[in-house]
Order: sequence, then structure tokens, then C-alpha cells
Amino acid sequence: MATAIDSQQKKRLRRPRWIKEPFNREARAGYLFILPWVIGFLIFTLGAMVYSLVISFTNYDLSTDTATPVGFSNYELLFKDPKVMTSLGNTLYYAVLSVPLEICFALLLAYLLHRIPDRGAGIFRIIYYLPKMTPSVAAASIFLLLLNGNSGAINGFLGLFGIDGPQWLIDPDWMKPSIIIIGLWSVSGTMLILLAALKNVPKDLYEAAAIDGAGSIRQFFSVTLPMISNALFFCTIVLTIAALQVFDQAFLLFYRDTASGSPDAALFVGVYLFQQAFQQFNMGFAAAIAWLLFVIILLITVFQVRFGNKFVYYEGGR
Amino acid sequence: MASVVNSQPQAVVESDPRDRSAAAPNQAFPWYKPRSIGGKIVLWTLLLGFSALFMYPFVWLLAATFKPRQDVFDNRLIPETWVFTNYVEVWEQLPLLAWISNSLIIALLAAGLVTFSSSLVAFGFAYFRFPFRNLLFGLVLGTMMLPGAVTMIPVYLIWKELGFLGTTVPLWGANLFGSAFYIFLQRQFFLGLPRDIFEAARIDGCSYFGLFRRIAMPLSIPSFIIVFIFEFQASWNNLQAPLIYLNFGSPDQYTVPLGISYAMTLFSPTSGGQADYQYVMTAALLVTLPMLVLFAFGQRYFIEGLAGQGRKG
Repeated sequence: MATAIDSQQKKRLRRPRWIKEPFNREARAGYLFILPWVIGFLIFTLGAMVYSLVISFTNYDLSTDTATPVGFSNYELLFKDPKVMTSLGNTLYYAVLSVPLEICFALLLAYLLHRIPDRGAGIFRIIYYLPKMTPSVAAASIFLLLLNGNSGAINGFLGLFGIDGPQWLIDPDWMKPSIIIIGLWSVSGTMLILLAALKNVPKDLYEAAAIDGAGSIRQFFSVTLPMISNALFFCTIVLTIAALQVFDQAFLLFYRDTASGSPDAALFVGVYLFQQAFQQFNMGFAAAIAWLLFVIILLITVFQVRFGNKFVYYEGGR
Repeated sequence: MASVVNSQPQAVVESDPRDRSAAAPNQAFPWYKPRSIGGKIVLWTLLLGFSALFMYPFVWLLAATFKPRQDVFDNRLIPETWVFTNYVEVWEQLPLLAWISNSLIIALLAAGLVTFSSSLVAFGFAYFRFPFRNLLFGLVLGTMMLPGAVTMIPVYLIWKELGFLGTTVPLWGANLFGSAFYIFLQRQFFLGLPRDIFEAARIDGCSYFGLFRRIAMPLSIPSFIIVFIFEFQASWNNLQAPLIYLNFGSPDQYTVPLGISYAMTLFSPTSGGQADYQYVMTAALLVTLPMLVLFAFGQRYFIEGLAGQGRKG
């Protein structure tokens, strides 16, 4: 009896059932289960992307729902409209500055939390995570007042040290740093991911390093960093993709009011895309901007993955 | 039998160093505790300093809600003149109740639908074997990296074609079809369940949907909660979609983020307002509170969900 089952199982192992009869009951049921996603993918991802590509070659008129083909002129406009390049420069500047700062700050916080006993860390973890729970619009309205150049609390604090704080929300040089500050305040999602990674580093590696005479700084660079490089890599990619699409804070602080006339210093691609699509209703041009952004995000991500793989330590080889 | 005898002495030899490393690290190598007094002072100063940094805006906000209009900018953490009327007047000044109920309905629909649909799809990928399964799951992971900006415009036009503009459907409708990140997360949970229990249930005559409904679902309640609260928070905080789909109606139709954004402009002196920022602050506090409550109850799940995110890298 036992041998009969054994040989039957072996046969099944050797040749999966679905290869012999690919669309059996199980397979059909499986397709039924994933059907919602397939429909969503066909309409809201694949269909949308094809649609977006088509629109970008037309002059889509929202009021009459007519799309006149205009060839490549929307893409030519990408290079003619100075605001496209300005917004692209702003976005890259923001990403290059904010991503490393956020990673370092999150790592510092995670490391601090990791170095105290769990019970104490729980309270600090809650405090550090609260900003992440704050809706971006509430954070923006608080910081709108905190960053006020004349009477805001941040300049008041800098004044204690005799520093004359800048006009954060008016001076074009300080508009991007303002947004970075708000980003740093709500960095705790990244912190929790890194904290989980720190907790996963096997303790005996530290013991071995300590026996070999490595101090805590050496342990950090030779044990901790390589062991959490995977999580750091993941966070960098996710934060970069998010930074390249930054919208909420810039929109709320500077471009919420179409009449405000804020300078273009914090005009990010995401914001300009939104303005063109849903305030100017230049759907075709906006679609072209979206494709430009997509290609840039794709190139940067591919570069990061290629480059990052050299530095990421994979347990048990690649 | 023979193998048991053979492994016995080995196990004894091996257990010695393993025992030490299992019991000792906290006493012998408290590497994670700073050794010197100076190190301890630095560590706790930093921890408390950062706590102050993170808490300050909340304390400032709380204080501002109890201040009269002219005192909002005085930056005192204890108001000089206490005013309690902000909490009464804000409901008259802004249609806050409508915003909160709109947001609540949308967030419940969005979170409920995405939890159910994503778990169905995730179970399909986790349990069933069918041609092109890995290819399709690769596509799921691929869409996770797709920037939302690319599909924003065509998705708007699709909802327009379907005649749903001016309703709240675009804010939750796409959640009927699952969401890549949640599918990934729940699939991980389902893969952790032993396959034997499903096979046993099949032999007992359980239907395929029964496997999901009677076994997978009850055993993965935590993953359902994680997905639900993540999406609830995302929906409650979402600014861009309401800006696109609800910005043209009356303020009564706004969600919380769109409403506060509207209030920021309404009271702003540059657009002819009276700088009644005490109302904006009170509203901001009131709409943040539900999120803090959600976090208080679901802290464990937030942390679990985020830790899981790191592991997929």
C-alpha cells in the first residue's frame, strides 16, 4: 500500500499534472481566482498605458472627447517648454538630496532604537511613527505655519542660536529644503523597515567580530551594514521612485492656490503634470510628460539595480 | 533506527556551543548595550531629542487649536488665552462632518474591497498550479514598480468614458481588482500555510472556494487586518485622486484631505481670507485623530506589514 502511494507521488513529482493536461479543473479554478487582477491589469494598467501612448500623439479635447492626431509635436514641446526642464531639474535635485538624507536619518533612528531594550524601544517607536500616520494635508498645514519666515516656530528656534532663519516658503532657494524637512519628519516607514532588518542580523556575527577585536564602529561597518544592505537597497529604490513623483507637499505648500504665483523652484514634474492635465486640460502634452517621467524613472531604477547588485550582500550567494 | 543511533553522539557534541550561544549572548556579549556611561548619555539624549523633534509639531498643533486667531503664531506651547470655541465653530465654518463621512465611506469601501479582491488573487497564485503562473505573478510584481503618474491621465479618461465622473466610484472602483503590493503580501501569508491541510480538505470534498473561505481566510486574519488598515490609511490620506475627481463639485462632496486643502486657501490672506488658521489647525487635528486611533489599535500590524516589505527586496 505504502509503496503504491510512493510511486504515485513520485510520478506526480516528476511530471506536474498541469503539463499533461494544462487546463484541468485546478488550473481553471486558479484562473478564476486571479481573474479580478487580470481584468484590472488589462483595463487599468495595460489598457491605460496603451491609451496614454495614443493620447500623447494627439491633441485630446476633453469637452468634445475628440482626439486630433498631432504627430510628435507634444514630444517636441517637451524640449520647447522651459517649465518641463525646470521641473525635471527640480525633481532630480529633490531626489538626489532627499533620498540619501532620508536613508541616513532613518538608519540613525533605527540604530538608536535597536540599541535599547525592546520595552523602551516600543514607546520611542510609537512616537517616531506618529508623523507617518499624519495625513499629508495636516502635516502641510502645520508646517505652513511652522516654516513661516517671520513668525514661524522653526525660525524662532534658530533665533535662539542667533541664526537669522530664511524665508522658507518664499525664497526660491529654500522652497525645496522646506519639502525635504517635512519628508524627514515623516521618515519612520523607512525606519521600521531598517529596524526589522537590524533585528534580523544574527547575534553570533557580532560575537565573532567582538572576539576578533572589532569595536562598535568597526562592527557597524563590517557586520551591520553588509547584513542590512538588502533592506537599504530596497528602501533606496522605493524612496527614489517616490521622490521622482513627489506631489502632495509641493502642491499643498506652493501650488494649491492657482492665483498664488509661487516661483517655479518647487515645481516638480508630478506637479507640472497635474497642472497641465487637470488645470490646463492639455491631456496630450501631459501624457507626453508622463511618458518622459516614466522613462526617467525606469532608467534610474535599472541603473540602481545594476549598480546596487555589486554592493548588496545576499545570504547564501546569488 | 540506525540513523538515530548515529546522530546521537553528534547531537551531544554540537549542542554544547549552540547552548552557549543561545543562552549567553545577553550576558556575555551585550553588544547592543552601550558599555560606558558616556555612551549611554549620548544614546538617551539622542533618543529623547528626536522624540521632542517628532512630537513638537503635534504639541504645537494641539496648543494652536486652543488659541484665538491673533495668537496662533505666538508659538507658545501653552496658550496665553485659552479659547475652547474653535472646536465648536470649526463645524460651522467648514463642512467638516460631510468631509469626514465622505472620507469614511470611501476609505471603508476602498479598504474592504481591496482586502477581499487581493486575497482572492493571492490565494490563486499561492495554492493553484496552472500554466504561466510564474509569468503572471512576475507581471503583478512589475506593476508594483509602475509609477502611478503614467496611468493617471488615461485612468481618468476611462472613468470618464464609463460615466463615473462626479461620483466617488473612481476613488475605490479600481480596488475591485486587487492591488499588486497587497497581493504580494497576502500570497506570502498563504504560502506559509502547510499545503497538507488544503489537500486534506480537498479529499474531504471541500470546494476550491471552500479552501479559501473555510481554511485560508480564517488562518490569515492578521494579513487581512494589515491590508485593511494600510489601505484605509492610504485612502484617508489620499490627496491627488480627490483633487482630480471631486474638485469640481461643491465643497460638501470633498474628502478630508481635499477639504483641508480647500480650507487652507479659503482662510489664506493672499486669497482674501481672514487668516483664521485656528480653524485649519483644529480641523487638521480632528482628521489626524482617527489615524492615531487606528495606529494605537493596529500598531502591531503596521510594524509587521512594513517589516514584510523589507523582506521582499
